[in-house]
Amino acid sequence: MSATKVVTEPAPVRERRPPDPRWRWAGLALLLAAAVYAPFQLVPFHVFQLTMVLVYAVALLGLNLLVGHAGQISLGHGAFFAVGAYSGAILLDRWDLPYPLTLPVAAGVAFVLGLALGVPAMRLRGLYLALVTLAIAIFLVPLLKRFEAVTGGSMGLTLAKPAPPGWSGLAEDQWLYFLTLIVTVAAFLLAAGLLRSRVGRALHALRDNETAAEVMGVRLSFYKTLAFAWSAMFAGAAGCVYTWVIGFVSPDSFTVNLSITLLAGLVVGGLGSLSGPVLGGLFVMFVPSISQDVNDAAPGVIFGLLIIVVMYVAPTGLAGLAARLAGRLVKKIPRKE
Amino acid sequence: MAGFVQQVVEGLGAGAIYASLALALVLIYQFTGIVNFAQGELAMFSTYIAWQCVAAGLPFWLALVLTLAVSFAGGMLIERVIIRPVEGAPELTIVIVTVGLFIFVNAAAGWIWTFLIKDFPNPFPGGALEAAGVSVSFSTLGVLGVVAAVMGLLYLLFQHTKIGLGMRAVATNPASARLVGIRVGRTLALGWGLAATVGAVSGVLVAPLLFLEPNMMGGVLIYAFAAATLGGFDSPLGAVAGGLIVGVAETLAGAYVGVIGSDLKVGVPLVIILGVLLLRPQGLFGRAVVERA
Amino acid sequence: MRVTAIGCTALLLLAVAACGGRDGGGATTGGTAASGQCAGQQTTGITDKSIKLGGIYPLSGPASAYGDIPKGIKAYFDYVNAEKNGIGGRKVEFVVRDDGYQPPKAVEEARRLVEQEQVFALFQTLGTPSTSATWDYTNQRKVPQIFVATGASKWGSDTAHPWTIGWQPNYISEARVYAAYLKKEKPEAKVAVLYQNDDFGKDLLGGFKRAIEGSQVKVVAEQSYEVTDPSVDPQMRNLAESKADVLLNVTTPKFGSQALAADAKNTKWNPLHIVNNVAASITVLKPVGFPNVQGVVSSTYYKDPNDPTWASDAEMTLYKEKMKQYAPGADPNVPYHTFGWAVASSFHKAMEAAACPTREGLRDSVRNLKGVQVDMLLPGVTLDTAQGDGFPIESMQLMTFKGERWELFGDVIDTRKEFGPLTG
Repeated sequence: MSATKVVTEPAPVRERRPPDPRWRWAGLALLLAAAVYAPFQLVPFHVFQLTMVLVYAVALLGLNLLVGHAGQISLGHGAFFAVGAYSGAILLDRWDLPYPLTLPVAAGVAFVLGLALGVPAMRLRGLYLALVTLAIAIFLVPLLKRFEAVTGGSMGLTLAKPAPPGWSGLAEDQWLYFLTLIVTVAAFLLAAGLLRSRVGRALHALRDNETAAEVMGVRLSFYKTLAFAWSAMFAGAAGCVYTWVIGFVSPDSFTVNLSITLLAGLVVGGLGSLSGPVLGGLFVMFVPSISQDVNDAAPGVIFGLLIIVVMYVAPTGLAGLAARLAGRLVKKIPRKE
Repeated sequence: MAGFVQQVVEGLGAGAIYASLALALVLIYQFTGIVNFAQGELAMFSTYIAWQCVAAGLPFWLALVLTLAVSFAGGMLIERVIIRPVEGAPELTIVIVTVGLFIFVNAAAGWIWTFLIKDFPNPFPGGALEAAGVSVSFSTLGVLGVVAAVMGLLYLLFQHTKIGLGMRAVATNPASARLVGIRVGRTLALGWGLAATVGAVSGVLVAPLLFLEPNMMGGVLIYAFAAATLGGFDSPLGAVAGGLIVGVAETLAGAYVGVIGSDLKVGVPLVIILGVLLLRPQGLFGRAVVERA
Repeated sequence: MRVTAIGCTALLLLAVAACGGRDGGGATTGGTAASGQCAGQQTTGITDKSIKLGGIYPLSGPASAYGDIPKGIKAYFDYVNAEKNGIGGRKVEFVVRDDGYQPPKAVEEARRLVEQEQVFALFQTLGTPSTSATWDYTNQRKVPQIFVATGASKWGSDTAHPWTIGWQPNYISEARVYAAYLKKEKPEAKVAVLYQNDDFGKDLLGGFKRAIEGSQVKVVAEQSYEVTDPSVDPQMRNLAESKADVLLNVTTPKFGSQALAADAKNTKWNPLHIVNNVAASITVLKPVGFPNVQGVVSSTYYKDPNDPTWASDAEMTLYKEKMKQYAPGADPNVPYHTFGWAVASSFHKAMEAAACPTREGLRDSVRNLKGVQVDMLLPGVTLDTAQGDGFPIESMQLMTFKGERWELFGDVIDTRKEFGPLTG
């Protein structure tokens, strides 16, 4: 690991022009307003699609903490997503827990599991971590089938979706969307806070140069394990929301393909940026639907190609690309003013 | 007792399959210092090329030679086109690129040849060798023989040729290798080409046993990783020994350990990978690398 | 971040603008109002001249071999549209979407078909997980989900989902056919079972165990495998240890081939090999080598395009001719295409029999089929449903492999008569 070139350099725009906080907040407020407005305008089908984009975005946010910010690779994040989904499903199915309570529990279970797996896994160098996480993702499917009494085995569990409360006047798809939106916003705030804290700085130091970070007193294994656990927690929360939205979990929904799709989405969306996960969510959601019009096998071909191409031309993904493009535009606007 | 021995034989048969792919993984690691997640898919793709040649009416052995040549060229081409641009980037980048390649090749094979299984000719005679109540099929013996031969060739290549020396230099320290006049680019391309060729041998060996379809190697890959990790990523002998151990361990665990059973035996490679990495990261036959800060 | 935020906002607003208002996609667009006894029923996706159907299949991913089924369906509908003026004057439009065998994707595609494409009915969703994930939705929306391509028994036995119905014999019925055969031919059979560790394998194995209750037929060994396993050889080795005299092979195509090959390889263990219908296609047996699969037993309910018995069969001739014409490039000998043809012509009959050209009419029609003959099904196999019986096909005929093809033997076994109706 003597290479000094780092994949996840922050986008050049940001380096040159530190963002004006007013602009930034205005942009975010605008986005949030649009996100709140959208479900009243879109047909339920599109609301559902947006809901799934948000679910994936939360999972990618977690993966991003690990891959984009701590520089560790996981090919098994679908496993934590599944753990969250199953935790939620089992709580709803066995104990009839009110669904808002399932979220903290599911996130907690994933966090603890991430911590437990993180302790041995983080002693490994990047490449081996990829192997171990891949093996975990593969192993999880038969494991879920084995404990049939709890997980419903290979038949899975079918659950009732959260019903919109009468006072809201919302349809089911809108209610699910808003629940997901709230979780997403909370997750993003949490992640942003986390990255600005001591933890975030330590993670960046690790990613950019492990040895130097260690010399400066960053406790390597501690922060790596913590990053793994946080990242598992976000994936678990996303999994729980997934259970609310889909109302059905089965082991075969969480194969290793899911893990690989998540990684692909993150890479294309943009490693190491906060908007990357959202763009990655859009990518995961829409590219297969659009590309299947070309040919049945096209989703895979396009997915694979895009990953490779993005790694060449835009290591910061769509987020970086968008920022770069927009940076050029923005530079011109003030002159006109 | 015969039952137990038979199980061990079955395990060796499975292990030989894992070992064949592990050899390709080890080879590419030796040459380039990376782990190629797409290795199994490339092997599958090569096998389809062989199938296509046979289906077009070519005799099997000619088809095989042609496939090996095409795979070699294809491997070098992939290095040039796909890997070269990210050369020197962190492991993370290269791992992601090979994962992209994995998805791409798998889908492309499905696109071209559909997902229906194809019958692939078996180069070895049917039937089995019987001794003391235990039977060993000729296919298993054949696979073991070829794997041993490939292992021997790789050992010679690594240890007793100039190419091998240069390649080890490149894998260890590309910058220094370049300074002493080794053509790094050509060595890396050669590594990819050779690994693809060994992969093709692996694919052709296992196709009659596993049946050819685009996901043929997907299930083998994790076992091959376990084999390479166990044996050490820098040792062909280790890859083969690792493969056989993984195969036997997995088969015996599935057959005799009730808690594991045949459904959870895919946990065996996970345990092996984790255990080896925590206890002896360089593997059974690998050399420990002292990292310079 | 700011820039991307603005970009995302713009995108979102654009999407909102492009897709029109929430009320734009009302329930009755494209339909003609039903009148008379059908008044007030849903007519989405159907007019006097057209009918729009949607199907969801795994066209990509590990289960994509099944992606051939819609090709047979399309060929049938194209033929009917071009040469028979559609179904009762209505031209059929069949929209196929890919879910990659992933339940969340199936939900998305079901919503797309129902809300955006405004289909009249979902005609086939493939696989138990994908159908399980979508049937709450289709039943809430009161959209018929007709002839789903999975043999799980819950499509027929469930009473809370009247809009969803299966077609092919459910796995339990199939298990009953084998049980009945063994009880008669090998009343003291010791059976070893290899099964896929998912809903399909468990359903069939469970059904088999229930059907042999009280008889001398016993399951002496069972081994499961995962679809991610490279090979089932170790499982077959373990089963051989049991010295059972019957092997029940409950697998999907690739693993079916592996199991048949492993059985052929093991010369010391020669059980009667029963392979389930899912893996009984010629495309599974051919790679193993025909000499190695002689005497293997299976069961079926539709005509095998490779079987010379049907070489001069009118329907089979028509099928092969029309496949060439309307699905050039697709091999008519692949049984998945035949399956598609058979299920499409079943739909044709059910739609014609519907009292009202409405969603309600179709729902009631498929639940009230009485001895409906479909020419691609085996003679003697008919579609029958009734109040409390949601299984269109419950009859199968046994077959054994001879030479290069399956040979039917015995009579068509109606499992309803043998075992009584299926419950739960």
